[in-house]
Amino acid sequence: MELLLAVVAGVLYAAGLYLMMRRRLAQLIIGLGLLSNGSNILILSAAGVTRARPPIITAPGMTADQFADPVPQSLILTAIVIGFGVLAFALVLAHRVHQSSGSDDIDTIGTEAATTPAQTPERA
Amino acid sequence: MFLALPIVVPLGTAIALHLLPQRTRLLRVVAFLGAVLSLAAAVAILVRTLSTGIQVLHVGSWPAPFGITLVADLFSALLVVMAAVVGVAVTGSSFAGVDPRREGLGYHPLIHVLLMGVSGAFLTGDIFNLYVWFEVMLIASFVLMSLHRTRTQLHAAFTYVGLNLLASAFLLTAIGLLYGQAGTLNFADLALAWPARRTAGLDAALSMLFLTAFGIKAGLFPLFFWLPASYHTPPAAVGALLAGLLTKVGVYAMIRVFTLLFRDPSASVYTAILVMSAITMVVGLIGAIGQHDLRRVLSFNLVGHIGFTTVGLALWTPAALGGSILYVLHHMLVISTLFLVSGLFLRQRRTTDLRALGGMYDAQPVVACLALVPLFALAGTPPLSGFIAKVAVVGAMIEARQYWLAAISLGVSLLTVLSMARVWEEAFWKPAPAGDHPVGRSETPRLGVAILAPVAFLVALTIGLTVAADPAYRVATRAAEQLIDPSGYVRAVLGEGMPRAAR
Repeated sequence: MELLLAVVAGVLYAAGLYLMMRRRLAQLIIGLGLLSNGSNILILSAAGVTRARPPIITAPGMTADQFADPVPQSLILTAIVIGFGVLAFALVLAHRVHQSSGSDDIDTIGTEAATTPAQTPERA
Repeated sequence: MFLALPIVVPLGTAIALHLLPQRTRLLRVVAFLGAVLSLAAAVAILVRTLSTGIQVLHVGSWPAPFGITLVADLFSALLVVMAAVVGVAVTGSSFAGVDPRREGLGYHPLIHVLLMGVSGAFLTGDIFNLYVWFEVMLIASFVLMSLHRTRTQLHAAFTYVGLNLLASAFLLTAIGLLYGQAGTLNFADLALAWPARRTAGLDAALSMLFLTAFGIKAGLFPLFFWLPASYHTPPAAVGALLAGLLTKVGVYAMIRVFTLLFRDPSASVYTAILVMSAITMVVGLIGAIGQHDLRRVLSFNLVGHIGFTTVGLALWTPAALGGSILYVLHHMLVISTLFLVSGLFLRQRRTTDLRALGGMYDAQPVVACLALVPLFALAGTPPLSGFIAKVAVVGAMIEARQYWLAAISLGVSLLTVLSMARVWEEAFWKPAPAGDHPVGRSETPRLGVAILAPVAFLVALTIGLTVAADPAYRVATRAAEQLIDPSGYVRAVLGEGMPRAAR
């Protein structure tokens, strides 16, 4: 299970970073989303995966290996909330940038050349 | 309870600002009063830390490694005070008038949310909370940056948002890996647990991840490119807030995490910090020389001088770290002042392009006098605070036998003098260029007390830091000693002789 999660986290990081290096607004946002999901899975697997044991002490005298560590779960929960808020803001910002410049190429949105969508260079 | 005030007061102010009737004057007064209260609380914390040692607050009375802990050692307390000072100046500058559209969109509450995030990051004793406070501060700064919604601002904000979110992802990754290995997030507990659990490979990987994450936020070479690309676009008051505080939080976090966790000064990561700091100084100042817009000159100067604030960490001596801490304090004051001065130029000439400015000395002798202090304090001209901080840092370099580093620092100081002298020459001494900019005492709009007062306040504090150089240096060195030997910090947080829980 750890191996699978490690692979998933690795793939998410790779895909996220690859997308962030493309110069498109939308792809950058998707890349950010993948990256934050990747780090959430990484936290879960780095702290050790416990199968089918809730992080709750149901009976007195339970030892540490009988319930899952609640800390990584709460960390991930916090990170998901923050990531969601930030991603929503980034999405709105990207939308505004696209509206005001008519282009979704990060290199041209700051320049005057991008005022009309037709002038955006084509990319495969 | 007392330690939570620099977080609670801005939060309360931000909420009050949302609930109060949205009358401009009232909002400005409340925002200003909130900032003054935060400053009072911060000063009280500093006084207590000076007299009785490290202050600790266990929120909700949960004992240390399990609950949320707030800690103020001298380093934290000094930075909290400086952040509150910048907060007072920036909220004070809103009396001179803020763009009404921006004011309607929540300008005042956002400034307080940002101040809350900054104080929280300085005071937290828990590495995951550090990440949370970083995000609080960043989201407020994102919104402040894009409030104006002009095209250049949106573009700059997007660069800024993208790079900072990348840094946050790196930070989160590092925290996850650290927790997986050490099983705790409390700084003091980590300082005890990590040396026993670290392996060479993981140590190197984690320290590099932290260096990348904090390096992006602090603006170290080669990770600083987002900063000059974005800091010249927001209005001057917001620029002063971001330039004065945000990069310093990155520097603070770097010093805090490295002095607690990676306590082997011979590790390769410290060589990396040393080289990065040196290159940051050189590249930043060469960049500043090549710019024509005052706010871009300042942004590059901001980057260049970050090198001075991280180099003390790499040298790992109390003198060097103390010098760097003094440099952080001085730089927070001075760079905020200069961004506010750029606001005076904007108000008067509608531009900060040095080629279009000129004749300010004739037209505005008061502004010239006020601007003289921060310009030459940044350049490090004796006897101002920049000179004292630089003497401290360069002296420590020579003591540590890093002669090439001292040579680079001195060369960089010369470049700073050049860059600041050029600003002075172009903006104040040069006759105003003929054209559509009206000049002359009678024609230019007068700058009122309201817009000059925040600048004067910061200038007075810069002079104060100069006059009180000796006590300031001694306090900074004490702060550095607390950082280099964290046993006091650990004892204060975890309690005397508390056995480490068996894991």
